[in-house]
Amino acid sequence: MFENIGEMIVLLWRTLRALPQVFRQRQKVFDQLFEIGNASLLMACVLALFIGGVIALQTGPVLAERGLSSAIGGLVGLSICKELAPVMMAVLIAGRIGSAMAAEIGSMQVYQEIDALRTMNINPIYYLVLPRIVAITISLPILVLFAILVGWFGGGLVAVLNEKIAITFQSFFTNLRLVVELGDVLNGLFKSTVFAVVIGTVCCHQGLVTIGGPRGIGRSVTKAVVNSIVLVLILDYFLTRFLLYLEK
Amino acid sequence: MSEPSSAVPAPPQQSVSVRVQGLRKSYGGTPVLKGIDFEVQRGEIFVIMGPSGSGKSVLLKHIIGLEAPDEGDIFIEGESVRAEGVMSKYRMALVFQSGALLNSLNVIENVGLYLSEHRLKKPDEITRIATEKLEFLGLKNVADRNPGELSGGMKKRVAIARALVIEPQLILYDEPTSELDPLSAVVIGEEILNLQKRTHVTSLVVTHDRDLAFGIADRIAVMHEGEILALGTVEEIRRHKHPVIHRFLNADFRPNHQQQHS
Repeated sequence: MFENIGEMIVLLWRTLRALPQVFRQRQKVFDQLFEIGNASLLMACVLALFIGGVIALQTGPVLAERGLSSAIGGLVGLSICKELAPVMMAVLIAGRIGSAMAAEIGSMQVYQEIDALRTMNINPIYYLVLPRIVAITISLPILVLFAILVGWFGGGLVAVLNEKIAITFQSFFTNLRLVVELGDVLNGLFKSTVFAVVIGTVCCHQGLVTIGGPRGIGRSVTKAVVNSIVLVLILDYFLTRFLLYLEK
Repeated sequence: MSEPSSAVPAPPQQSVSVRVQGLRKSYGGTPVLKGIDFEVQRGEIFVIMGPSGSGKSVLLKHIIGLEAPDEGDIFIEGESVRAEGVMSKYRMALVFQSGALLNSLNVIENVGLYLSEHRLKKPDEITRIATEKLEFLGLKNVADRNPGELSGGMKKRVAIARALVIEPQLILYDEPTSELDPLSAVVIGEEILNLQKRTHVTSLVVTHDRDLAFGIADRIAVMHEGEILALGTVEEIRRHKHPVIHRFLNADFRPNHQQQHS
């Protein structure tokens, strides 16, 4: 993975340089946005609902035993918006959308469709990579926003229904509003934007360097997803350090 | 003061000459092209014939600019393709062996792709031109189909239609009759001849199909293991004494069959 980072940076740089062309490629961006939303929104909401629920389930009884059950709203709220929603949505998108990107571009590479584009003086970066990276960069933060809201709701639901916690919705969200600030949500959205660029670049790059037949495409898809997730998790640590430094 | 005739724009040149000089290419230390030299005249149908794995397709990829040579050069109208702007100055098209149609687009979108992506015409005009090219190749009713629904022969004809939209000055065909039945192969051969007659485009055809090569070529180069063994007219190649060429041209499932019958 690390030997290809230079190539990925070059690909990202070329894509950024192609950004002024994005208006011309708007139809492809919309198509990609629709595909990402269609494939992932429901799954993202279900995932977020249960993540919120399990955080409340794990931490709620411990807090309640110590008479801190009212603090559960803040704990669930912060952990969802700053950490769990951006990371889990990035993992979901890498698996669902990143794999599809690598497979589609990879099969186009293997079956000479990309060569055909080049012979027509159509730059594959404009035609294939730019719309995908732009679409994923727009859609992942939106999905994360949905995931944050649904995750909070899931946490609140468990806090109300679990007999060991048993607080009201109002108490859950009052504490959440006290603890969570707009900056915390923006923190999560910023992370997810960076993750989206990473996933888009890794998966498009992996598609473009695919060699061999169907086995090669399979290998590319696996590498794209695994490399994306590993990079997201590593970057998450450094981004968190950076954002904590800014908060000081 | 310029002469009056120079004020009149010259008609677009319909064909270009190609010169390949000392072309060498290796992959992982294995030489694939071992010093290729030949010249294709304007408007000529030049066929490169040879067994599979002789480096014919790699040679085409060099001419269209998909690969860069280790040594040697390619000249279009005397200008090196390495010089800036030369590849975009001349209109060239490659008809891939597999067709290489974009599966995400339907047939008419594939054919009009060059015009739509470069915004050279309005959408209505693109549809009209693409339909015209499809009709020219006898593909009237496939415009809305996806490439996956087409037969091998149809895919190749759509790929030719896509190449025609560029109005190429040089058209390269990579194994245009491979995987086709003899009747479809004849149709493709006729299309190549018709196209050359109508537009005077320079055509460079890579094939291992002896019938196609002898049926359409003005001149033939025979390639074997990265080298050109012989170059000449159809008759000159037929009469060539090189044992590899002789074996290639006379390959038969039952070599003694003819002798027994005669």
